[in-house]
Amino acid sequence: MADQVLDAKGLNCPLPILRAKKALKDMPTGATLEIQATDPGAVKDFEAFCRTTGNELVEHHMDGAIYVFTIKHTA
Amino acid sequence: MSDESNAKSMSIIVTKGTLDWAYPPFILATTAAAMGLDVTMFFTFYGLGLLKKDMNLKVNPLGNASMEMPMMGGHMAMPNIMAAIPGATALTTAMMKNMIKKKGIASIDELRELAVEADVNMIACQMTMDLFEYKKEDMIENISVGGAASWVDIATRSDINLYI
Repeated sequence: MADQVLDAKGLNCPLPILRAKKALKDMPTGATLEIQATDPGAVKDFEAFCRTTGNELVEHHMDGAIYVFTIKHTA
Repeated sequence: MSDESNAKSMSIIVTKGTLDWAYPPFILATTAAAMGLDVTMFFTFYGLGLLKKDMNLKVNPLGNASMEMPMMGGHMAMPNIMAAIPGATALTTAMMKNMIKKKGIASIDELRELAVEADVNMIACQMTMDLFEYKKEDMIENISVGGAASWVDIATRSDINLYI
């Protein structure tokens, strides 16, 4: 279970990334953020976001039509 | 861009101020800032309008043969002769804004606010301000005014430089 959940459903690029960054900023190091999105582009984008920022993409899966990402605040 | 920073950096020259062309620079600037880059935007010529307090952005397909709008399951381009008649700009702008809202895409006002929040360094071109007779009061706060040399100086120290 993630420490915080971000509902980014219905939002299009780049809003899921921007909202995720905003949420991570206020979270302590080591805390996990779950992001729920419907933008198919978010899959590649969250991978890229984590690679560049150094945050850890713990896992991602699909829950029906919803993309679920778990990011650990490590950067 | 701060000199002491070890972060990667990006600069964008913003030259276009229509509703469609306002998107690429603001999307890239806000995303790069969210990814930890120091970002500078230099607004010149028609791009300068994107710094006005009251933006009122418009779009018209006149002379843009590749602009199609989704319509009744297909796509339709507006013939130039229709795009040239009075009211065509208002119509296509309303259509575009409606699509943007429906698809969960941020408005330019929203992206600009996010850019300000993320400390994106925004520079208005002094020469264009003089040319089109804009005053600093016409523009949003949190911007600076500079010339080509300001951008060149930043560009020499940036990892990514874009012209849009």
